[in-house]
Amino acid sequence: MRDDDVMPSFSVHVEVSQRPGIADPEGATIERSLPALGFDEVAGVRVGKSIRFTVEAPDEATARARVEDLCDRFLTNPVIEDATIHLTEGVAA
Amino acid sequence: MAPQVGVLLFPGSNCEQDVVEAFSTLGADARLVWHGDRSLGGLDAVVVPGGFAHGDYLRPGAIARFSPVMGAVTDFARSGGPVVGICNGFQVLCEAGLLPGALQKNAGLRFLCRTVTLRVASTTSVLTGEVEIGTELRIPINHFSGNYTCTPDVLARLQAQDQIVLRYVDNPNGSMDDIAGVRNEAGNVVGLMPHPERASSALLGSEDGRPLLASVLAATRAIA
Repeated sequence: MRDDDVMPSFSVHVEVSQRPGIADPEGATIERSLPALGFDEVAGVRVGKSIRFTVEAPDEATARARVEDLCDRFLTNPVIEDATIHLTEGVAA
Repeated sequence: MAPQVGVLLFPGSNCEQDVVEAFSTLGADARLVWHGDRSLGGLDAVVVPGGFAHGDYLRPGAIARFSPVMGAVTDFARSGGPVVGICNGFQVLCEAGLLPGALQKNAGLRFLCRTVTLRVASTTSVLTGEVEIGTELRIPINHFSGNYTCTPDVLARLQAQDQIVLRYVDNPNGSMDDIAGVRNEAGNVVGLMPHPERASSALLGSEDGRPLLASVLAATRAIA
């Protein structure tokens, strides 16, 4: 049972990736180096960022809306980047 | 009276003194403006210099755009004041939404530091009002994220509205349409990756940046 005075906390993992059609020179460079290491079967390398934090909100929908706003205004540049938001209630130890 | 040019100073800026010096030799009264200031105090032009504002953490310009001074810069730009972003300053102005598009990592993932040839593509900006279309300029670049990127719609609009100000003759970084510099719709806000202040004296190997900087000063006189 939850104490009514305590705001729920959510663990958030934001994956920032290049938007489709935007060149990913870092991913392409990694991919080009793979055959030399014997990884001929690896393709489609894309490099992004992983950002983790916690957010307090009364419910999951509110938490998600706040995180989406944060991604739009700060964590991504919408011209070239997309964000995928993973949100789970509770704070990981 | 000499035009008052303010050069923003963020933690991590590193070209601000060069810009002050270059404008001073052209007769301007140039001074630094701390990023924490909320007022521009009667400036005639603002330059956002190169460097690594706020360490370029998250993305180049992503944190600098929230510095207190940027509110005043935005108001100044909206009222028609000349604003020029050089290199990291170009990235800051894109992040702030004062210029279209974005600058991503160079194609080839190399930090590029060399003198390149630019061609003037438009004279309808505060940076190019005093030069002629087609003029070739030798000016240094010094960047890792100078690869100009935007949506196809935005690119079509930039082309149709004459907003591409400078192009690389030999594209060094993968920029769309060889773009080295763009302006906003009104022409008073311009961003470019090359460093005209590093080409402002024969001692530096080129004086080709001087007509660009002089154009900014001429624009302040036209407004005043």
